[in-house]
Amino acid sequence: MAAPAFEPGRQSDLLVKLNRLLERCLRNSKCIDTESLCVVAGEKVWQIRVDLHLLNHDGNIIDAASIAAIVALSHFRRPDVSVQGDEVTLYTHEERDPVPLSIHHMPICVSFAFFQQGTYLLVDPNEREERVMDGLLVIAMNKHREICTIQSSGGIMLLKDQVLRCSKIAGVKVAEITELIQKALENDQKVRKEGGKFGFAESIANQKITAFKMEKAPVDTSNVEEKAEEIIAEAEPPSEVVSKPVLWTPGTAQIGEGIENSWGELEESEKEDEDEVGSDEAIILDNIKMNTGVEVFTSGNQDAPIVLSDSEEEEMIVLEPDKNPKKIRTQIISAKEEKAPSRKTVKKRKKNC
Amino acid sequence: MEEPMQTESKLCAEAGADSGSLVPGCSLRHFACEQNLLSRPDGSASFLQGDTSVLAGVYGPAEVKVSKEIFNKATLEVILRPKIGLPGVAEKSRERLIRNTCEAVVLGALHPRTSITMVLQVVSDAGSLLACCLNAACMALVDAGLPMRALFCGVTCALDSEGTLTLDPTAKQEKEARAVLTFALDSVERKLLMSTTKGLYSDAELQQCLAAAQAAAQHVFRFYRESLQRRYSKS
Repeated sequence: MAAPAFEPGRQSDLLVKLNRLLERCLRNSKCIDTESLCVVAGEKVWQIRVDLHLLNHDGNIIDAASIAAIVALSHFRRPDVSVQGDEVTLYTHEERDPVPLSIHHMPICVSFAFFQQGTYLLVDPNEREERVMDGLLVIAMNKHREICTIQSSGGIMLLKDQVLRCSKIAGVKVAEITELIQKALENDQKVRKEGGKFGFAESIANQKITAFKMEKAPVDTSNVEEKAEEIIAEAEPPSEVVSKPVLWTPGTAQIGEGIENSWGELEESEKEDEDEVGSDEAIILDNIKMNTGVEVFTSGNQDAPIVLSDSEEEEMIVLEPDKNPKKIRTQIISAKEEKAPSRKTVKKRKKNC
Repeated sequence: MEEPMQTESKLCAEAGADSGSLVPGCSLRHFACEQNLLSRPDGSASFLQGDTSVLAGVYGPAEVKVSKEIFNKATLEVILRPKIGLPGVAEKSRERLIRNTCEAVVLGALHPRTSITMVLQVVSDAGSLLACCLNAACMALVDAGLPMRALFCGVTCALDSEGTLTLDPTAKQEKEARAVLTFALDSVERKLLMSTTKGLYSDAELQQCLAAAQAAAQHVFRFYRESLQRRYSKS
């Protein structure tokens, strides 16, 4: 979302660099006390995961990401757990108040962009400035003026006093930012204790012309049942389902009647097939009629199998049924004995050319 | 902050007592929408329903990869990012539902061989997530200025074990419900654009939920209209 160039799935170089830098800044500087995350030595431990979602890239995402990460870690509360001998009890948020992580210090990154081989220096560059800069220097510092991480990229060569100057500027910036963070965290804690509203919902500013709020609105659903009944009454009832299966042979049954095959357009060469398909349909219908007790043998019943010029059709051959004491069976057998055909094409499937 | 909320909820209950067969719990939560809050995307909107909030960003019409281009209309792509973890199958299915809704509404034929990318980020989830995503998507498309044949909105209904209908359910209500139905309705005639349901319900209940969703959609469209009026009016 942050920029049109960022495609989902593929981790671009910039994101890999950011990831690596934040890992060094937060993990290697040991700002979080990882020993306190242990539950049972050698067996159970808490795993903390930080998911950073970049919303908008208008320059200097490194600083923004580092601030977001450390504030999220400071704001986070984990469920309380107690260990009695071998038993570990995990308390839910309702049973016991969740416990914050123990954070030693808050490392915050400050970026410096250099132009014209170190002549010009810009703190906190925006997107346009980043595009034309020669090199970037990132210093991660905490409020005690301790440098946690320092990284120079872009291949510019800096003098010692330039780096020292940058670290002084970083010290001032980090002090301001840390104060802002503390105020925000205290504010949130106060609001939560008083029971007021907190969270992302409150960050929408009412005064902005592009923002709009609507309070809880009741919806009148009194005529919902009447409307629903009207619709159901007007709607067509579901079509009747023929549920009487017709058993041809053990293992072969027929439910309903087949309809004419409507796949593809019929071309010239296939037109003669159409007539034969028609006659085949007649055969099928006749068979059904036989099963229901009516013996009708129209001219459609042919002795010899139908042979077509384009022999791309598959012929399905019904094997002679075994002598079966079922009523239906005897009817078919009797019919067949009368006519004595060797094969009977029951179904034909057309292949789409 | 507490008092105005209390008086409003009282009004809601009174209104309920007055109009006879009003089902309790049929109210939409507090809504808020902010547009154009991101500078890089062409259109962006943040939509809040109660405690559920979704941020949407739209890029488009932009250049499309040759493999994805469609010769006579725009290629619409939706990406939904969950709050925690990597996107999974649930996100993919929601993306598809949102994409189908948007494709029905956006006039892609006016921008052939281009791509319209919508990215939705879940900021917090407290029930009715898909409906909130749909609303945020619509507002972001409006902010981006993409031509559409109608606006659309998402409404979620939950049916509990006794058959009571609840609109815009919270996460707790959704979990305890027998069925959860989400509908996308268009603004012209409040016709159904998309529906996805989970759970057991009869066809009469389906029609009832749909009718209730159409009633709720009226409120949502009024909210859209007022928020856009506020933004574009000269006074």
